[in-house]
Amino acid sequence: MTDLAIEVKDLTKKFGDFTAVDNISFEVKKGEIFAFLGPNGAGKSTTIKMLTTLLSPTSGRMEVNGFDPKTQQDQARKSFGIVFQDPSLDDELTAYENMDFHGILYKVSGTLRRSRIKELLEIVDLWDRKNDLVKTFSGGMKRRLEIARGLLHHPKVFFLDEPTIGLDPQTRNQMWSYIQNLNKSEQITIFFTTHYMEEAEKVAQRIAIIDHGKIVAQGTSNQLEKQTKTNSLEEAFLSLTGRKIREEEVSGVDRLRMRRRMFTGRR
Amino acid sequence: MSTIYILWLRQIKRYLRSKSRIIGSLGQPLLFLVALGFGFGPIFQKAGGGNYIEFLGPGVIAQGILFTAIFSGIELIWDRQFGFLKETLVAPVSRLEIMIGRTLGGATIATIQGVIVLILTLLVGFRPNNLWAVPGAIFIMFLIALLFTALGTAIASTLEDFQGFQLIMNFLVMPLFFLSGALFPLQSAPPFLQTISKVNPLSFGIDGLRQTLTGSSHFGLSLDLTVLGVLTAILFVLGSYLFSKIQI
Ligand SMILES: Nc1ncnc2c1ncn2[C@@H]1O[C@H](COP(=O)(O)OP(=O)(O)O)[C@@H](O)[C@H]1O
Ligand SMILES: [Mg+2]
Repeated sequence: MTDLAIEVKDLTKKFGDFTAVDNISFEVKKGEIFAFLGPNGAGKSTTIKMLTTLLSPTSGRMEVNGFDPKTQQDQARKSFGIVFQDPSLDDELTAYENMDFHGILYKVSGTLRRSRIKELLEIVDLWDRKNDLVKTFSGGMKRRLEIARGLLHHPKVFFLDEPTIGLDPQTRNQMWSYIQNLNKSEQITIFFTTHYMEEAEKVAQRIAIIDHGKIVAQGTSNQLEKQTKTNSLEEAFLSLTGRKIREEEVSGVDRLRMRRRMFTGRR
Repeated sequence: MSTIYILWLRQIKRYLRSKSRIIGSLGQPLLFLVALGFGFGPIFQKAGGGNYIEFLGPGVIAQGILFTAIFSGIELIWDRQFGFLKETLVAPVSRLEIMIGRTLGGATIATIQGVIVLILTLLVGFRPNNLWAVPGAIFIMFLIALLFTALGTAIASTLEDFQGFQLIMNFLVMPLFFLSGALFPLQSAPPFLQTISKVNPLSFGIDGLRQTLTGSSHFGLSLDLTVLGVLTAILFVLGSYLFSKIQI
């Protein structure tokens, strides 16, 4: 047994001529909180989709909990949980039904499933709303429900793709403190992506900076600052990529992309 | 098993919760029954075709099933667009089970819709030979429903967005309906129409329904059942294959 939760070597994904993920390599230790920090379009979601069996890579090797997501799909799938960047709940079902659906797909048996659903929905403060249709929920409530759902089958690795987009600062803080607790108490490995500097700095133990599909540097926040002879992660990022992530702009573009996607289905 | 059941149940719940969809999808069959049934009825009778409502009933039932079934299959595009498909695809279950659950769910809904249309036809004067014909007819409805849900799913697996939807309605679903024996008797149709109807699976579904409900048939019930069964199996395998190839 290795002490690695995720192992990625020379991973590449091309869409036609376009290289979305360009020969990246990194490792995440068991029990670690690891962040992918990069601007929109850097290749963060594409990497997560490959790790979680949704996309097959063009080339390269990867392992999640010792399983190859390409050839040992179901074993890999059982071992991770995921919160996607875009919503993935069934709006026409209730919060409870969404949880139940997940539990049954992951073969969590009856009584255990019911007790875990109750426990998790209480933690994310949605137990009172368990019988309400998800379409009546706010963005923050949906996110919390997705987090609860992703943990229902007790995964060893938890992927979160830009989990705090669209959340207010208070909800954001609550969410992270819960996830950090979980990481400590259950030793769950956390892999998350973000384009928020302070989030990566505050939450992650190690960070990989990704830009144009390439990992340009990785290490602790301190190491990254030392390596670039700067005093903050923000400056380090600037010196590594030659630009800033401007958050307002990014989230504006995000919304536009979302809207375009709704109509054209292009990604 | 539990995977198939929960996917089936999800479809049923969504259907029962969208009252507007249930009611909305009854509009068209009702329109056909009233406008065509009553409008053409007298001419049909004069031309020696007999009672037109008796003839039209099975055709309109099949139309209700066709539209609902294709639509249920195509709903896959919605799941893809609104993200829920990802939740199903990262789960440690076989793609085949997902496909079976979805298809059975869609086919059940389409069959229920067919039964509702059957009740509508009774209200406008359609009379089956006897009540014992109804279970057999429901079985054939379910076969038609399975066939077209599988077809809808197969098509939807290859589409990323709604843009193709109009194309499917205008160049697949409408022709399937109008070029079947739903509205006119195939016996008296010109040869080219007869030929077209012979490659249209819906013709065989309607023929089977007509045979069980009113005792008149063009192809014969055993041919109807064979065509429906074989095609359903083929489309199901094809749909499962295409579904398993979906990447997000
Ligand atoms: N299915 C796809 N087809 C073509 N291009 C894609 C597809 N998915 C992502 N891309 C492109 O790959 C790049 C990386 O996308 P993504 O991984 O979503 O970035 P991030 O999550 O870092 O914002 C973007 O330029 C995006 O447009
Ligand atoms: Mg992304």
